[in-house]
Amino acid sequence: MTDQAAPFRILPELSDRSRHFWTGGEVGELRILRCQDCGYYLHPPASICPKDRSRNVAPEAVSGRGTVATFTINHQRWMPDLEVPYVIALISLPEQPELRLTTNLVNCEPYEVHSGMAVQVLFEHRSDDQGEMWIPLFEPAQEA
Amino acid sequence: MPRNSVETTTAVTGIGQSDVGRRLGIDPLSLTLDACMEAIADAGLRVEDIDGLSTYPGPGSGGPGFNGANAYEVIDAMRLSVDWYDSGMETPGQLGSVMKAVMAINAGFATHVLCYRSVWEGSAQGTGGRQLGAAQATRASGFAQWTSPYGSLSAGNWIALYAQAHMDRYGTTSEQLGQIAVNARRNAALNPKAIYTDPMTLDDYLASRMITTPLRLFDCDAPCDGATAFVISRRDAAKDTASTPITIEAMGSALHDRAAWDQFSDLTRSVGSAAADQMWSRTDLTPQDVDLAELYDGFSILALLWLEAMRLVPFGEAGSFLEGGANIARDGILPLNTHGGQLSAGRLHGYGFFHEAVTQLRGEGGARQVTSTPTVAAVAAGGGNTCGCFLLSTREL
Repeated sequence: MTDQAAPFRILPELSDRSRHFWTGGEVGELRILRCQDCGYYLHPPASICPKDRSRNVAPEAVSGRGTVATFTINHQRWMPDLEVPYVIALISLPEQPELRLTTNLVNCEPYEVHSGMAVQVLFEHRSDDQGEMWIPLFEPAQEA
Repeated sequence: MPRNSVETTTAVTGIGQSDVGRRLGIDPLSLTLDACMEAIADAGLRVEDIDGLSTYPGPGSGGPGFNGANAYEVIDAMRLSVDWYDSGMETPGQLGSVMKAVMAINAGFATHVLCYRSVWEGSAQGTGGRQLGAAQATRASGFAQWTSPYGSLSAGNWIALYAQAHMDRYGTTSEQLGQIAVNARRNAALNPKAIYTDPMTLDDYLASRMITTPLRLFDCDAPCDGATAFVISRRDAAKDTASTPITIEAMGSALHDRAAWDQFSDLTRSVGSAAADQMWSRTDLTPQDVDLAELYDGFSILALLWLEAMRLVPFGEAGSFLEGGANIARDGILPLNTHGGQLSAGRLHGYGFFHEAVTQLRGEGGARQVTSTPTVAAVAAGGGNTCGCFLLSTREL
């Protein structure tokens, strides 16, 4: 997966609610909304903290480290341009229990992926008529 | 003394189903009307007696063939005069539409409610296989913006993540999961309307191609054309109907976990736990009373997870319960998906399970009738954040 041609992707709509997530990679940051009053992270983004119902939420950079909560190796070409197989994973972020996101696991053999595997974020630069975006992906963690 | 929920003031008085096939090439409204007219006739009612209508999903949702007929189309085609009607997709599973009928009757808005679900995904998808519609292939927004950019494009992908989590935590195996598919095929062979009836062995299952690990082709249901309909009646009005009323003992609609497929706090309990607990809280019956289970198998793992969510098997033990397949066979301790499920009898989308439960409770299953005389059936539909369940019985209350 180190080839230069980026794989086919349906790109996300950039909105005021989501833009931080898809553009933080420009400066190498994985950004997650966080309540500025109680410190609780929330994903997917919403304009209210589910813990204290504060409306004072803002994006913050997280460590970009995580572990594989579960995964699937997709073999089905749901769309003609999809290149298979690829790994879809739910990644648990260490900043908070049950803080989790869907992503792709890259730079590894699909059948070597396992739950509990330590991973780190990387970004894939894309652009369309909405502008530039940096899709957060994950890869096996390098030794700290 | 039975503790009667308000559900018990209603009963299933009629069931109907159109022809079912992989690709029938028939106008889906026509299929829908076939099912509806059969259900009304089965109840011994006249079209004029129907004063309510409820359906899933209504317009503007899903891929090609997902919606065979809108509520307005059926109301107008049949010239129904309804005191209450509804359609919609954000509801506790496909059978959420039946729950709403029960509620409308209890609220005094209707007496005999026609419920239906109609699909023509087989014809609409053609021979190109299950691919995404054009609308889904554009820029991702809503919930899909967090999954589609990663090629997590099908409910199969989302649900495979649950299956892997169950295998990782409990040691559930593909051989155990495969019994859901093998059992469904065995039952489908005795169902004249089933889509796939060729014998399937566990080896056949294991040899089927991988779709999204650990789910194989035979873990995925079969898109089809067909419609299913019920008449739900107020119990005191059911005295006039022709069929033996089947009592709606309890239903479960609760959603207590995240309303997002990839965010469940416990990925191994991603199906219907809150809804099932609510259902059991509304009846004096217990899981030990269940004689047969008709549990949603849009993907095989969903039926496994429903077995646990419905407390028919302890959490984490569905794999060993399924081992070898004897427990879930028609002569086993808990017959499962006796018509062949959606895996082999076609993706009638939730309504097929309810139809089969009523058929078995009436003793009208023909060659596939279970060998016991069932009096209580558990029915579940949906997965992820859209789950609902019913407990049906032959009890007269």
